[in-house]
Amino acid sequence: MEEENIALETQLLEINLGPQHPSTHGVFRMNVTLDGETVVRLKPVMGYLHRNHEKIAESGTYLSSMPFTDRLDYFCSMTNNLAYALAVEKLTGIEVPERAQYIRVIMAELTRLVNHTVLVGFLMNDLGAFFTPTLYAFREREKILDLFEATSGARMMCNYMRFGGVKADFSPGFIEKAREIVANYPRFLDEFEKLLTENEILMSRCQNVGILSKELAVQASVTGPMLRASGVDYDIRKVDGYSIYPRFKFRVPLGEKGDVYDRYYIRILEMRESCKILEQALRDIPEGEFISKQGATGAKSPRTFKPAKGDVYGRIEAPKGELGFYLVSDGTANPYRYHVRPPSFINLTILEDMCLGQKIADTIVILGSIDIVLGEVDR
Amino acid sequence: MEKIEEIQKNLEQHIPGVELIAERDAFLIDRKDLLTVARHLKENPSYAIDYVSCVTGVDYKEYLECVYHFYSMAKKLGPIILKVRVKKEDPKIPSLTPLFRGAEFQEREAYDMIGIVFEGHPDLRRILMWDGFAHFPLRKDYIPEDQDV
Repeated sequence: MEEENIALETQLLEINLGPQHPSTHGVFRMNVTLDGETVVRLKPVMGYLHRNHEKIAESGTYLSSMPFTDRLDYFCSMTNNLAYALAVEKLTGIEVPERAQYIRVIMAELTRLVNHTVLVGFLMNDLGAFFTPTLYAFREREKILDLFEATSGARMMCNYMRFGGVKADFSPGFIEKAREIVANYPRFLDEFEKLLTENEILMSRCQNVGILSKELAVQASVTGPMLRASGVDYDIRKVDGYSIYPRFKFRVPLGEKGDVYDRYYIRILEMRESCKILEQALRDIPEGEFISKQGATGAKSPRTFKPAKGDVYGRIEAPKGELGFYLVSDGTANPYRYHVRPPSFINLTILEDMCLGQKIADTIVILGSIDIVLGEVDR
Repeated sequence: MEKIEEIQKNLEQHIPGVELIAERDAFLIDRKDLLTVARHLKENPSYAIDYVSCVTGVDYKEYLECVYHFYSMAKKLGPIILKVRVKKEDPKIPSLTPLFRGAEFQEREAYDMIGIVFEGHPDLRRILMWDGFAHFPLRKDYIPEDQDV
Protein backbone atom coordinates (compact mmCIF):
# COMPACT_ATOMS: atom_id res chain seq x y z
CA MET A 1 0.00 0.00 0.00
CA GLU A 2 2.62 2.51 1.08
CA GLU A 3 4.75 2.03 -1.98
CA GLU A 4 1.77 2.69 -4.22
CA ASN A 5 1.10 6.04 -2.50
CA ILE A 6 4.61 7.24 -3.06
CA ALA A 7 4.34 6.47 -6.73
CA LEU A 8 1.24 8.68 -7.10
CA GLU A 9 1.86 11.64 -9.30
CA THR A 10 0.24 14.92 -8.31
CA GLN A 11 -0.16 18.17 -10.15
CA LEU A 12 -1.28 21.68 -9.34
CA LEU A 13 -4.83 22.68 -10.18
CA GLU A 14 -5.71 26.18 -11.33
CA ILE A 15 -9.27 27.34 -10.75
CA ASN A 16 -11.27 30.55 -10.83
CA LEU A 17 -13.14 31.33 -7.65
CA GLY A 18 -15.72 33.97 -7.11
CA PRO A 19 -19.14 35.26 -7.94
CA GLN A 20 -19.00 35.94 -11.66
CA HIS A 21 -22.62 35.94 -12.62
CA PRO A 22 -23.70 39.29 -14.10
CA SER A 23 -26.79 39.49 -11.90
CA THR A 24 -24.80 39.59 -8.68
CA HIS A 25 -24.07 43.06 -7.39
CA GLY A 26 -20.38 42.36 -6.92
CA VAL A 27 -18.30 40.55 -9.49
CA PHE A 28 -14.86 39.49 -8.41
CA ARG A 29 -12.59 36.63 -9.31
CA MET A 30 -9.69 34.95 -7.60
CA ASN A 31 -7.32 33.05 -9.81
CA VAL A 32 -6.21 30.31 -7.43
CA THR A 33 -3.62 27.59 -7.84
CA LEU A 34 -4.18 24.63 -5.56
CA ASP A 35 -2.01 21.82 -4.33
CA GLY A 36 -4.67 19.40 -3.19
CA GLU A 37 -6.79 21.68 -1.04
CA THR A 38 -4.01 24.08 -0.13
CA VAL A 39 -3.63 27.45 -1.82
CA VAL A 40 -0.18 28.00 -3.34
CA ARG A 41 -0.93 31.06 -5.45
CA LEU A 42 -3.77 33.55 -5.59
CA LYS A 43 -4.28 36.53 -7.87
CA PRO A 44 -7.35 38.73 -7.50
CA VAL A 45 -8.93 39.84 -10.78
CA MET A 46 -11.20 42.87 -10.70
CA GLY A 47 -12.59 45.64 -12.79
CA TYR A 48 -15.86 44.01 -13.86
CA LEU A 49 -17.86 46.86 -12.34
CA HIS A 50 -15.50 49.56 -13.55
CA ARG A 51 -17.26 52.62 -14.93
CA ASN A 52 -14.45 55.16 -14.54
CA HIS A 53 -16.09 57.08 -11.74
CA GLU A 54 -13.13 59.48 -11.77
CA LYS A 55 -13.56 60.42 -15.42
CA ILE A 56 -17.29 60.99 -14.94
CA ALA A 57 -16.59 63.24 -11.97
CA GLU A 58 -14.00 65.23 -13.90
CA SER A 59 -16.51 66.02 -16.63
CA GLY A 60 -19.15 67.37 -14.22
CA THR A 61 -19.30 70.13 -11.63
CA TYR A 62 -18.15 69.57 -8.08
CA LEU A 63 -21.63 69.10 -6.70
CA SER A 64 -22.75 66.80 -9.48
CA SER A 65 -20.47 63.99 -8.34
CA MET A 66 -21.99 63.97 -4.84
CA PRO A 67 -24.70 61.46 -5.85
CA PHE A 68 -22.06 59.36 -7.63
CA THR A 69 -20.11 58.97 -4.42
CA ASP A 70 -23.14 57.09 -3.04
CA ARG A 71 -22.40 54.36 -5.53
CA LEU A 72 -18.82 53.77 -4.42
CA ASP A 73 -19.45 51.79 -1.29
CA TYR A 74 -23.19 51.45 -1.57
CA PHE A 75 -23.60 50.27 2.02
CA CYS A 76 -22.10 53.48 3.33
CA SER A 77 -23.32 56.34 1.18
CA MET A 78 -23.33 58.73 4.14
CA THR A 79 -19.63 58.34 4.87
CA ASN A 80 -18.76 58.57 1.17
CA ASN A 81 -20.67 61.86 1.01
CA LEU A 82 -18.90 63.04 4.14
CA ALA A 83 -15.43 62.28 2.80
CA TYR A 84 -16.10 64.13 -0.44
CA ALA A 85 -17.72 67.09 1.30
CA LEU A 86 -14.79 67.38 3.72
CA ALA A 87 -12.26 67.30 0.88
CA VAL A 88 -14.06 70.06 -1.02
CA GLU A 89 -14.45 72.10 2.16
CA LYS A 90 -10.74 71.74 2.78
CA LEU A 91 -10.10 73.00 -0.75
CA THR A 92 -12.39 76.01 -0.48
CA GLY A 93 -12.46 76.75 3.23
CA ILE A 94 -16.26 76.68 3.59
CA GLU A 95 -17.30 76.65 7.24
CA VAL A 96 -19.77 74.10 8.52
CA PRO A 97 -22.32 75.17 11.16
CA GLU A 98 -22.38 73.47 14.53
CA ARG A 99 -25.64 71.59 14.09
CA ALA A 100 -24.58 70.28 10.67
CA GLN A 101 -21.39 68.89 12.21
CA TYR A 102 -23.45 66.93 14.72
CA ILE A 103 -25.86 65.72 12.04
CA ARG A 104 -22.90 64.50 10.01
CA VAL A 105 -21.34 62.62 12.89
CA ILE A 106 -24.66 61.01 13.79
CA MET A 107 -25.20 59.89 10.19
CA ALA A 108 -21.63 58.64 9.85
CA GLU A 109 -21.81 56.56 13.02
CA LEU A 110 -25.22 55.14 12.12
CA THR A 111 -23.63 54.14 8.82
CA ARG A 112 -20.84 52.40 10.70
CA LEU A 113 -23.45 50.42 12.63
CA VAL A 114 -25.18 49.46 9.37
CA ASN A 115 -21.95 48.42 7.68
CA HIS A 116 -20.53 46.36 10.53
CA THR A 117 -23.85 44.67 11.32
CA VAL A 118 -24.34 43.58 7.74
CA LEU A 119 -20.72 42.54 7.37
CA VAL A 120 -20.97 40.21 10.34
CA GLY A 121 -24.10 38.74 8.81
CA PHE A 122 -22.45 38.16 5.45
CA LEU A 123 -19.32 36.77 7.05
CA MET A 124 -21.50 34.08 8.60
CA ASN A 125 -22.94 33.41 5.14
CA ASP A 126 -19.43 32.81 3.89
CA LEU A 127 -18.94 30.37 6.74
CA GLY A 128 -22.00 28.42 5.70
CA ALA A 129 -24.50 29.76 8.25
CA PHE A 130 -26.87 30.67 5.47
CA PHE A 131 -28.94 33.78 6.10
CA THR A 132 -29.99 33.28 9.70
CA PRO A 133 -27.42 35.74 11.11
CA THR A 134 -27.86 37.91 8.01
CA LEU A 135 -31.58 38.24 8.67
CA TYR A 136 -30.98 39.26 12.26
CA ALA A 137 -28.56 41.84 10.88
CA PHE A 138 -30.98 43.06 8.24
CA ARG A 139 -33.73 43.44 10.84
CA GLU A 140 -31.57 45.95 12.73
CA ARG A 141 -30.20 47.60 9.63
CA GLU A 142 -33.67 48.32 8.31
CA LYS A 143 -34.51 50.39 11.40
CA ILE A 144 -31.59 52.69 10.67
CA LEU A 145 -32.34 52.81 6.95
CA ASP A 146 -35.87 53.94 7.80
CA LEU A 147 -34.33 56.94 9.52
CA PHE A 148 -32.10 57.63 6.53
CA GLU A 149 -35.10 57.45 4.25
CA ALA A 150 -37.17 59.81 6.37
CA THR A 151 -34.41 62.41 6.38
CA SER A 152 -32.68 62.09 3.02
CA GLY A 153 -35.37 60.51 0.88
CA ALA A 154 -33.51 57.30 0.12
CA ARG A 155 -32.58 54.18 2.04
CA MET A 156 -29.20 53.56 0.51
CA MET A 157 -28.36 56.21 -2.08
CA CYS A 158 -28.74 59.04 0.38
CA ASN A 159 -26.98 61.91 -1.44
CA TYR A 160 -27.34 63.79 1.82
CA MET A 161 -24.24 65.86 2.51
CA ARG A 162 -23.54 69.18 0.86
CA PHE A 163 -20.48 71.45 0.89
CA GLY A 164 -20.98 73.44 4.06
CA GLY A 165 -23.55 71.21 5.72
CA VAL A 166 -26.27 68.76 4.82
CA LYS A 167 -29.19 68.79 2.41
CA ALA A 168 -32.01 68.98 4.96
CA ASP A 169 -32.52 69.04 8.68
CA PHE A 170 -33.54 65.90 10.55
CA SER A 171 -37.07 64.76 9.86
CA PRO A 172 -39.53 65.29 12.76
CA GLY A 173 -39.05 62.71 15.50
CA PHE A 174 -35.65 61.64 14.18
CA ILE A 175 -33.78 62.27 17.39
CA GLU A 176 -36.25 60.35 19.57
CA LYS A 177 -36.25 57.44 17.12
CA ALA A 178 -32.46 57.44 16.89
CA ARG A 179 -32.15 57.54 20.69
CA GLU A 180 -34.40 54.53 20.94
CA ILE A 181 -32.40 52.60 18.34
CA VAL A 182 -29.10 53.46 19.99
CA ALA A 183 -30.44 52.53 23.41
CA ASN A 184 -31.57 49.14 22.14
CA TYR A 185 -28.53 48.41 20.02
CA PRO A 186 -26.31 47.00 22.77
CA ARG A 187 -29.08 44.53 23.57
CA PHE A 188 -29.15 43.40 19.95
CA LEU A 189 -25.38 43.07 19.98
CA ASP A 190 -25.60 40.93 23.10
CA GLU A 191 -28.09 38.71 21.34
CA PHE A 192 -25.87 38.54 18.27
CA GLU A 193 -22.86 37.71 20.37
CA LYS A 194 -24.70 35.01 22.29
CA LEU A 195 -25.33 33.30 18.97
CA LEU A 196 -21.89 33.84 17.52
CA THR A 197 -18.94 34.89 19.66
CA GLU A 198 -18.49 31.66 21.55
CA ASN A 199 -20.03 29.46 18.94
CA GLU A 200 -17.82 26.41 18.58
CA ILE A 201 -18.04 26.16 14.81
CA LEU A 202 -17.32 29.84 14.36
CA MET A 203 -14.33 29.65 16.67
CA SER A 204 -12.80 26.65 14.97
CA ARG A 205 -13.35 28.08 11.50
CA CYS A 206 -12.08 31.58 12.31
CA GLN A 207 -9.37 31.34 14.92
CA ASN A 208 -5.83 31.14 13.52
CA VAL A 209 -7.16 31.49 10.00
CA GLY A 210 -5.82 34.16 7.67
CA ILE A 211 -3.43 35.75 10.12
CA LEU A 212 -2.20 39.20 9.16
CA SER A 213 0.84 40.35 11.08
CA LYS A 214 1.15 43.86 12.45
CA GLU A 215 4.20 44.59 10.32
CA LEU A 216 2.69 43.42 7.06
CA ALA A 217 -0.55 45.28 7.75
CA VAL A 218 1.28 48.60 8.13
CA GLN A 219 3.64 47.88 5.27
CA ALA A 220 0.77 47.13 2.90
CA SER A 221 -1.27 50.25 3.76
CA VAL A 222 -4.11 48.22 5.25
CA THR A 223 -6.57 50.48 7.08
CA GLY A 224 -9.74 50.34 9.10
CA PRO A 225 -10.94 47.45 11.26
CA MET A 226 -8.57 45.11 9.39
CA LEU A 227 -5.57 47.09 10.59
CA ARG A 228 -6.82 47.43 14.14
CA ALA A 229 -7.61 43.71 14.33
CA SER A 230 -3.88 43.19 13.77
CA GLY A 231 -3.19 45.36 16.80
CA VAL A 232 -2.17 48.68 15.23
CA ASP A 233 -3.69 51.65 17.02
CA TYR A 234 -4.57 53.90 14.09
CA ASP A 235 -8.01 55.42 13.81
CA ILE A 236 -8.26 58.56 11.68
CA ARG A 237 -11.11 59.84 13.84
CA LYS A 238 -8.48 60.06 16.62
CA VAL A 239 -5.38 60.83 14.55
CA ASP A 240 -6.74 63.63 12.37
CA GLY A 241 -9.63 64.58 14.62
CA TYR A 242 -11.66 65.73 11.64
CA SER A 243 -15.15 67.21 11.96
CA ILE A 244 -16.00 67.28 15.69
CA TYR A 245 -14.76 63.82 16.70
CA PRO A 246 -12.32 65.13 19.33
CA ARG A 247 -15.35 66.17 21.43
CA PHE A 248 -16.56 62.63 21.93
CA LYS A 249 -15.28 60.05 24.32
CA PHE A 250 -14.72 56.70 22.71
CA ARG A 251 -12.05 54.04 22.64
CA VAL A 252 -10.29 52.37 19.75
CA PRO A 253 -10.60 48.59 20.15
CA LEU A 254 -7.57 46.57 19.09
CA GLY A 255 -7.15 42.93 18.17
CA GLU A 256 -4.28 40.71 19.21
CA LYS A 257 -3.62 38.13 16.58
CA GLY A 258 -5.03 39.52 13.38
CA ASP A 259 -6.93 36.38 12.41
CA VAL A 260 -10.47 36.23 11.02
CA TYR A 261 -11.90 35.88 14.52
CA ASP A 262 -10.26 39.13 15.62
CA ARG A 263 -11.60 40.83 12.53
CA TYR A 264 -15.09 39.61 13.38
CA TYR A 265 -14.85 40.64 17.01
CA ILE A 266 -13.29 44.06 16.37
CA ARG A 267 -16.41 44.99 14.43
CA ILE A 268 -18.67 44.07 17.32
CA LEU A 269 -16.52 46.19 19.63
CA GLU A 270 -16.46 49.11 17.21
CA MET A 271 -20.24 49.07 17.05
CA ARG A 272 -20.36 49.37 20.83
CA GLU A 273 -18.05 52.40 20.63
CA SER A 274 -20.16 53.91 17.85
CA CYS A 275 -23.18 53.63 20.13
CA LYS A 276 -21.28 55.67 22.73
CA ILE A 277 -20.51 58.40 20.19
CA LEU A 278 -24.13 58.41 19.06
CA GLU A 279 -25.41 58.73 22.63
CA GLN A 280 -23.20 61.76 23.22
CA ALA A 281 -23.98 63.37 19.87
CA LEU A 282 -27.73 62.89 20.25
CA ARG A 283 -27.54 64.39 23.74
CA ASP A 284 -25.44 67.43 22.81
CA ILE A 285 -26.79 68.40 19.40
CA PRO A 286 -27.58 72.11 19.38
CA GLU A 287 -30.27 74.00 17.50
CA GLY A 288 -29.21 76.06 14.53
CA GLU A 289 -28.48 76.07 10.85
CA PHE A 290 -28.04 72.79 9.02
CA ILE A 291 -26.14 74.34 6.14
CA SER A 292 -23.68 77.18 5.89
CA LYS A 293 -25.18 80.57 5.02
CA GLN A 294 -22.92 80.61 1.97
CA GLY A 295 -25.32 78.08 0.50
CA ALA A 296 -25.10 74.51 -0.66
CA THR A 297 -22.06 75.12 -2.81
CA GLY A 298 -20.82 78.41 -1.44
CA ALA A 299 -22.05 79.96 -4.67
CA LYS A 300 -25.32 80.84 -6.35
CA SER A 301 -25.33 77.76 -8.54
CA PRO A 302 -23.07 74.73 -9.02
CA ARG A 303 -21.82 76.26 -12.29
CA THR A 304 -20.44 79.32 -10.54
CA PHE A 305 -18.82 77.30 -7.77
CA LYS A 306 -15.17 77.58 -8.69
CA PRO A 307 -12.57 76.72 -6.04
CA ALA A 308 -9.22 78.49 -6.29
CA LYS A 309 -6.34 76.70 -8.01
CA GLY A 310 -4.72 74.06 -5.89
CA ASP A 311 -4.88 70.46 -4.79
CA VAL A 312 -6.09 68.79 -1.64
CA TYR A 313 -6.22 65.36 -0.05
CA GLY A 314 -9.02 64.81 2.43
CA ARG A 315 -9.53 61.55 4.26
CA ILE A 316 -11.85 60.06 6.85
CA GLU A 317 -12.21 56.86 8.79
CA ALA A 318 -14.93 55.18 6.74
CA PRO A 319 -16.36 51.91 8.09
CA LYS A 320 -14.03 49.94 5.78
CA GLY A 321 -10.89 51.99 6.31
CA GLU A 322 -9.32 55.19 5.07
CA LEU A 323 -11.47 56.77 2.41
CA GLY A 324 -9.67 59.66 0.75
CA PHE A 325 -10.35 62.10 -2.04
CA TYR A 326 -7.53 63.76 -3.95
CA LEU A 327 -8.82 66.79 -5.82
CA VAL A 328 -7.02 69.17 -8.15
CA SER A 329 -8.72 72.43 -9.03
CA ASP A 330 -7.68 74.54 -11.99
CA GLY A 331 -10.04 77.36 -11.07
CA THR A 332 -12.94 76.20 -13.23
CA ALA A 333 -16.28 74.70 -12.24
CA ASN A 334 -15.12 71.12 -12.92
CA PRO A 335 -12.47 69.33 -10.88
CA TYR A 336 -9.33 68.96 -13.00
CA ARG A 337 -8.46 65.73 -11.24
CA TYR A 338 -10.64 63.71 -8.94
CA HIS A 339 -9.18 60.61 -7.37
CA VAL A 340 -10.74 58.27 -4.85
CA ARG A 341 -8.55 56.33 -2.47
CA PRO A 342 -10.81 53.36 -1.79
CA PRO A 343 -10.10 51.39 1.37
CA SER A 344 -11.37 48.00 0.25
CA PHE A 345 -9.38 48.11 -3.00
CA ILE A 346 -6.11 48.68 -1.17
CA ASN A 347 -6.97 46.23 1.60
CA LEU A 348 -7.08 43.55 -1.10
CA THR A 349 -3.32 43.95 -1.69
CA ILE A 350 -2.50 41.37 0.98
CA LEU A 351 -5.25 38.88 0.12
CA GLU A 352 -2.70 36.49 -1.38
CA ASP A 353 -0.39 36.74 1.63
CA MET A 354 -3.20 35.83 3.99
CA CYS A 355 -4.42 32.91 1.91
CA LEU A 356 -1.14 31.15 1.10
CA GLY A 357 -0.96 27.77 2.80
CA GLN A 358 -4.61 27.94 3.85
CA LYS A 359 -7.34 25.58 2.72
CA ILE A 360 -9.52 26.60 -0.19
CA ALA A 361 -12.65 26.81 1.96
CA ASP A 362 -10.92 29.32 4.20
CA THR A 363 -10.08 31.73 1.38
CA ILE A 364 -13.78 32.54 1.11
CA VAL A 365 -13.92 33.44 4.78
CA ILE A 366 -10.70 35.45 4.58
CA LEU A 367 -12.05 37.41 1.64
CA GLY A 368 -15.28 37.99 3.56
CA SER A 369 -13.41 39.29 6.58
CA ILE A 370 -11.65 41.99 4.51
CA ASP A 371 -15.08 43.50 3.90
CA ILE A 372 -14.96 44.58 0.27
CA VAL A 373 -17.65 46.24 -1.78
CA LEU A 374 -17.09 45.97 -5.50
CA GLY A 375 -18.67 49.31 -6.27
CA GLU A 376 -15.72 50.81 -4.46
CA VAL A 377 -13.03 48.37 -5.59
CA ASP A 378 -13.79 48.80 -9.28
CA ARG A 379 -15.16 52.35 -9.30
CA MET B 1 4.29 67.69 11.82
CA GLU B 2 7.35 69.82 11.22
CA LYS B 3 7.14 72.75 8.90
CA ILE B 4 7.89 72.00 5.29
CA GLU B 5 11.04 74.16 5.38
CA GLU B 6 12.47 72.08 8.21
CA ILE B 7 11.78 68.83 6.41
CA GLN B 8 13.47 70.28 3.34
CA LYS B 9 16.51 71.32 5.37
CA ASN B 10 16.74 67.88 6.94
CA LEU B 11 16.46 66.09 3.62
CA GLU B 12 19.04 68.31 1.94
CA GLN B 13 21.40 67.75 4.82
CA HIS B 14 21.13 63.97 4.78
CA ILE B 15 20.92 63.35 1.06
CA PRO B 16 23.68 65.25 -0.70
CA GLY B 17 22.78 66.50 -4.14
CA VAL B 18 19.03 66.09 -3.77
CA GLU B 19 16.92 68.63 -5.63
CA LEU B 20 13.77 69.61 -3.78
CA ILE B 21 11.36 72.34 -4.73
CA ALA B 22 8.76 73.10 -2.08
CA GLU B 23 5.43 73.80 -3.70
CA ARG B 24 2.83 74.75 -1.08
CA ASP B 25 2.64 71.65 1.11
CA ALA B 26 4.39 69.28 -1.30
CA PHE B 27 7.90 68.57 -2.55
CA LEU B 28 8.59 68.43 -6.22
CA ILE B 29 11.45 66.00 -6.78
CA ASP B 30 13.28 64.41 -9.64
CA ARG B 31 12.55 60.75 -10.33
CA LYS B 32 16.17 59.75 -9.78
CA ASP B 33 15.88 60.94 -6.15
CA LEU B 34 12.52 59.36 -5.40
CA LEU B 35 13.78 56.08 -3.98
CA THR B 36 16.51 57.69 -1.85
CA VAL B 37 14.11 60.25 -0.42
CA ALA B 38 11.45 57.65 0.30
CA ARG B 39 13.99 55.37 1.96
CA HIS B 40 15.31 58.23 4.05
CA LEU B 41 11.81 59.19 5.21
CA LYS B 42 11.19 55.56 6.11
CA GLU B 43 14.43 55.02 8.00
CA ASN B 44 14.84 58.38 9.70
CA PRO B 45 13.29 57.90 13.16
CA SER B 46 12.13 61.50 13.40
CA TYR B 47 9.72 60.87 10.51
CA ALA B 48 9.26 57.09 10.67
CA ILE B 49 7.14 57.15 7.52
CA ASP B 50 5.70 53.65 7.28
CA TYR B 51 2.45 54.19 5.45
CA VAL B 52 1.93 55.27 1.87
CA SER B 53 -1.66 56.32 1.88
CA CYS B 54 -2.39 57.49 -1.63
CA VAL B 55 -0.55 57.13 -4.92
CA THR B 56 -2.06 58.60 -8.01
CA GLY B 57 -1.26 60.27 -11.30
CA VAL B 58 -2.42 63.51 -12.86
CA ASP B 59 -2.19 64.45 -16.51
CA TYR B 60 -1.21 68.12 -16.78
CA LYS B 61 -1.07 68.00 -20.59
CA GLU B 62 2.60 69.07 -20.87
CA TYR B 63 3.71 66.43 -18.38
CA LEU B 64 2.44 63.69 -16.12
CA GLU B 65 2.65 64.01 -12.37
CA CYS B 66 2.69 61.23 -9.81
CA VAL B 67 1.55 62.25 -6.32
CA TYR B 68 2.45 60.33 -3.16
CA HIS B 69 0.89 60.96 0.25
CA PHE B 70 2.97 59.52 3.08
CA TYR B 71 1.97 59.21 6.72
CA SER B 72 3.54 57.69 9.78
CA MET B 73 1.38 55.20 11.63
CA ALA B 74 3.98 54.76 14.35
CA LYS B 75 4.20 58.48 15.15
CA LYS B 76 0.71 59.40 13.91
CA LEU B 77 2.12 62.19 11.80
CA GLY B 78 1.72 63.33 8.27
CA PRO B 79 1.27 63.91 5.52
CA ILE B 80 4.51 64.34 3.61
CA ILE B 81 3.65 64.82 -0.03
CA LEU B 82 6.02 64.04 -2.88
CA LYS B 83 5.37 64.87 -6.51
CA VAL B 84 7.33 63.55 -9.45
CA ARG B 85 6.94 64.98 -12.93
CA VAL B 86 7.76 63.04 -16.08
CA LYS B 87 7.43 63.70 -19.79
CA LYS B 88 4.65 61.92 -21.64
CA GLU B 89 7.13 60.42 -24.10
CA ASP B 90 9.14 58.89 -21.28
CA PRO B 91 6.72 58.22 -18.41
CA LYS B 92 9.02 56.10 -16.26
CA ILE B 93 9.22 56.39 -12.47
CA PRO B 94 10.95 53.95 -10.10
CA SER B 95 8.42 51.80 -8.25
CA LEU B 96 7.97 52.19 -4.50
CA THR B 97 6.45 48.73 -4.11
CA PRO B 98 9.70 47.11 -2.90
CA LEU B 99 9.80 49.70 -0.10
CA PHE B 100 6.07 50.00 0.63
CA ARG B 101 3.89 47.05 -0.26
CA GLY B 102 0.83 49.32 -0.11
CA ALA B 103 1.86 50.96 -3.36
CA GLU B 104 1.42 47.75 -5.34
CA PHE B 105 -2.20 48.07 -6.45
CA GLN B 106 -2.16 51.85 -6.48
CA GLU B 107 0.78 51.93 -8.88
CA ARG B 108 -0.96 49.37 -11.05
CA GLU B 109 -3.99 51.63 -11.12
CA ALA B 110 -1.93 54.73 -11.99
CA TYR B 111 -0.34 52.73 -14.81
CA ASP B 112 -3.73 51.54 -16.00
CA MET B 113 -5.44 54.92 -15.92
CA ILE B 114 -2.72 57.48 -16.62
CA GLY B 115 0.02 55.41 -18.20
CA ILE B 116 2.88 55.98 -15.80
CA VAL B 117 5.35 53.10 -16.03
CA PHE B 118 6.70 52.08 -12.63
CA GLU B 119 10.10 50.51 -13.10
CA GLY B 120 10.89 47.67 -10.73
CA HIS B 121 7.25 46.91 -9.97
CA PRO B 122 6.92 43.14 -9.47
CA ASP B 123 3.67 42.75 -11.39
CA LEU B 124 2.83 45.80 -13.50
CA ARG B 125 -0.34 44.83 -15.35
CA ARG B 126 -3.64 46.57 -16.00
CA ILE B 127 -5.90 46.23 -12.99
CA LEU B 128 -9.30 47.76 -13.78
CA MET B 129 -9.33 47.80 -17.57
CA TRP B 130 -8.83 44.56 -19.45
CA ASP B 131 -5.50 43.35 -20.82
CA GLY B 132 -5.13 44.48 -24.37
CA PHE B 133 -6.92 47.80 -23.86
CA ALA B 134 -4.73 50.26 -25.73
CA HIS B 135 -5.48 53.62 -24.09
CA PHE B 136 -5.11 55.40 -20.79
CA PRO B 137 -8.61 56.67 -19.97
CA LEU B 138 -7.73 59.38 -17.47
CA ARG B 139 -5.38 61.18 -19.82
CA LYS B 140 -6.87 64.43 -21.00
CA ASP B 141 -6.43 63.55 -24.68
CA TYR B 142 -8.29 60.24 -24.41
CA ILE B 143 -11.38 60.05 -26.60
CA PRO B 144 -13.94 57.42 -25.56
CA GLU B 145 -14.71 54.95 -28.31
CA ASP B 146 -18.49 54.97 -28.03
CA GLN B 147 -19.18 58.68 -27.88
CA ASP B 148 -22.44 58.49 -29.81
CA VAL B 149 -24.03 55.80 -27.67
